[in-house]
Amino acid sequence: MNSIQQLFQKKERNLLSIYFTCGYPALEDTTEVIASLEKSGVDFIEVGLPYSDPLADGPTIQDSSQKALENGINLDIVFEQLMTVKNTNKTPLVLMGYLNQMLKYGEDKFCQKVVACGIDTLILPDLPMVEFENHYKALFDKYGLTNVFLITPNTEEERIRKIDSYTNAFIYVVASSSITGAKGEISNQQIAYFERIKNMNLQSKLIVGFGISDKQTFTTACEYANGAIIGSAFIKNLGQNGIAKIDDFIKPIIA
Amino acid sequence: MKIKSKFHPDKNGYFGQFGGAFIPELLHPNVKELADNYIQIIESEEFQEEYKALLKDYVGRPTPLYLAKSLSEKYGAFIYLKREDLCHTGAHKVNNTIGQILIAKKLGKTKILAETGAGQHGVATATVCALMGLDCTVFMGEKDIVRQAPNVARMKMLGATIVPATSGSKTLKDATNEAIRYWIQNPETFYLIGSVVGPAPHPDMVARLQAIISEEMKWQLKEKTGKENPDTIIACVGGGSNAAGAFYHYLDDEDVELIAVEAAGLGVNSGESAATSQLGEVGIIHGSKTILMQDEYGQIVEPYSISAGLDYPGVGPLHAYLYESKRAKFMNATDKEALTAAYELTKIEGIIPALETAHALAVLPKMDLKKDQVVVINLSGRGDKDLETFIKHLDH
Repeated sequence: MNSIQQLFQKKERNLLSIYFTCGYPALEDTTEVIASLEKSGVDFIEVGLPYSDPLADGPTIQDSSQKALENGINLDIVFEQLMTVKNTNKTPLVLMGYLNQMLKYGEDKFCQKVVACGIDTLILPDLPMVEFENHYKALFDKYGLTNVFLITPNTEEERIRKIDSYTNAFIYVVASSSITGAKGEISNQQIAYFERIKNMNLQSKLIVGFGISDKQTFTTACEYANGAIIGSAFIKNLGQNGIAKIDDFIKPIIA
Repeated sequence: MKIKSKFHPDKNGYFGQFGGAFIPELLHPNVKELADNYIQIIESEEFQEEYKALLKDYVGRPTPLYLAKSLSEKYGAFIYLKREDLCHTGAHKVNNTIGQILIAKKLGKTKILAETGAGQHGVATATVCALMGLDCTVFMGEKDIVRQAPNVARMKMLGATIVPATSGSKTLKDATNEAIRYWIQNPETFYLIGSVVGPAPHPDMVARLQAIISEEMKWQLKEKTGKENPDTIIACVGGGSNAAGAFYHYLDDEDVELIAVEAAGLGVNSGESAATSQLGEVGIIHGSKTILMQDEYGQIVEPYSISAGLDYPGVGPLHAYLYESKRAKFMNATDKEALTAAYELTKIEGIIPALETAHALAVLPKMDLKKDQVVVINLSGRGDKDLETFIKHLDH
């Protein structure tokens, strides 16, 4: 059983995940951000690997990625930072990056490092299903890694069923046809979509992301899914108020 | 029966190891819709009739194949110029936009999205949108908006909405990123991509629509030289659409030498270059596995060229395959060499080429040409848009 499955055994509802960008706001902040998120009671943490050309991300995460890269972050430093928290941090970590980062680093070397850091779940938004089937499934199986796929209001049922069978973690339910970024509220159309997915009775847990920003949107998402991910709104807060205020951001959401 | 060319993509959009569709799930329905329909549409009689009629009466095709006598004399070979610069809107780009706008209409799309570097594709897209009465949004790097001001004005006059790309290097790469992000958020739009790049089937679709260039070259050469095949074809490569069109019908004729010319900027190893094949490695950019300029951690490196149309860190997957398989020879030209070649063509042939095109001309002095060698240079665009740059360098 992987770390996310173990988490789901203990807790099935109202799971809060936070996305943050490694090496942001300062290069050395990665470990402290993780420690603060754990202390605040976040259920699992999405660790973002800064990328020069993040196609699925909106301006907030783009900016934080660019800043982190300017700070000098790279994959070797990220893995070093994650190794240092491995023994103290008990909150499951999920690694999110873009396929080219893994490709260039070396697919096997990348997977080995991920496993060494105690991480077993990946989110690669530009890894398409056909490439997963033809190549990456075998690679990830070899290292005991699981991949999280994204679904959207436009994803066909047949594809959702396949995705359900491919993951050992959760399905990332993209709240709307959108790139990441806080939108403020959840529409009736989105709720109809959440209900449709919920009624499919999938074996995988459902985590909603993109456009979740505060207590209200989190609570609404949790009515239809097992939990939700907050990214851009957290990054914005982190950029403005710093690590010391992480708790002030998280507490009202999980209260 | 025609044997399938090894230079056509497989069912997943791969040319050898290059290509594919590395896109977020959000774009899967869009790309699938296009992949399921584009060949059928392009090969239909109805499409071919409309496409060919517009190319003839609206674009002004066939474009001439001109034997450049002074240039031939100077370099000691038979040098023909395929005059894509005479196309309506001033470059080969319109061949593709005419084709894609017809495909968009067949698919019932009313909103068109494009990226542009030098502005030639943006103008060609805004033009066909005006022609068809469709809504047009063009992403253009903030830096390119400044250096290609005349094209920005043309697009505005044609009714397009221009959105500046302010991320990264603020050039073509970032305009393409922003266009793809907009496409994700507005999946009802048709992404009218400007080159043989992007997720499958875009590279193949654009190559098929630019193939008219080499289709005409075949019969024009036959008329002029008695043979369909030249010895050599030279074209500049940024993403690679004019080169793909000029090479297309000769890909399987291995006796035809294909030369792709990349922009070396201040020099291949100067750190200010866009010579992707020389500086790049296998990776993923804009939804396609290809050769791209990147650092040791896979971060995409910002390229440099004086020419906004060649200032791109990748190359289309077909070209990556032509490079790897050695079917095409990759050469490059610096900013300075391109400028010199542009002045030369202007002076001895009375043709002001686009800065992009000037790179193709710039390899002539580096080649070991034979007396009876038939060379076709794809004169992909005219230089009106580059006058400011040309004027600035006039005295140097």
